Amino acid sequence: MLSISNGALDVPTILKQWYEEESHSNYGAYIPFVGTVRSEDGIDGLSFDVYEPILYRWFSEWEKRAEAKGAKIKMAHSLGDVMLHESSYIAAVFSPKRRVALEFIDEFVEDFKANAPIWKYDLKDGRRIYAKDRSTAISGSGLLAK
Amino acid sequence: MITVEFLGPIGKPKLELEISNLNELAVVLQEDSEVKDWLQSCAVAVNDTLVSSLEVPLKDGDRVSLLPPVCGG
Repeated sequence: MLSISNGALDVPTILKQWYEEESHSNYGAYIPFVGTVRSEDGIDGLSFDVYEPILYRWFSEWEKRAEAKGAKIKMAHSLGDVMLHESSYIAAVFSPKRRVALEFIDEFVEDFKANAPIWKYDLKDGRRIYAKDRSTAISGSGLLAK
Repeated sequence: MITVEFLGPIGKPKLELEISNLNELAVVLQEDSEVKDWLQSCAVAVNDTLVSSLEVPLKDGDRVSLLPPVCGG
């Protein structure tokens, strides 16, 4: 389950919805990760571009990996502007046992950071500035420079 | 005709090119002053599938996307 929505995420509503969706699925563990915009370097907020066709394919591969472990993954991400102390990202793993979910959420978020086609910008003084120094080249980058 | 789109922060309008493989695209983009500095850090997708070889053949109507470094979350 992947959802992309404009602006900040409604965290309590999404966590409650996911909880209720799986409350009778016999999962013993529900491990959510919520990413919230912090005040640093004088930013007013963050902004995001998302390329949905490849993001959905990437997520679908992770859904298969989760299923192979008897688990389920859910993710929500913002598009556009998200201001300080609002949240732009939620990922959660449901699994029969806690250990699988704890390990899986870590692997998932690491790969998300490295390969999900989402671009982050700092909102500062009315400008939208690409967060180049915090960004990671997708594996296999540089093909056209050869 | 092949459509080439530049995602995220590259900020360049899409191109339509008569090319038959990614090698030809590499030659075109390496001479494009707006894009050449991005090439080292960009991944490449053909019809929304990431590719790892320049030998991928392209056919009329294909869409090539350049994906610069990412930072979700």
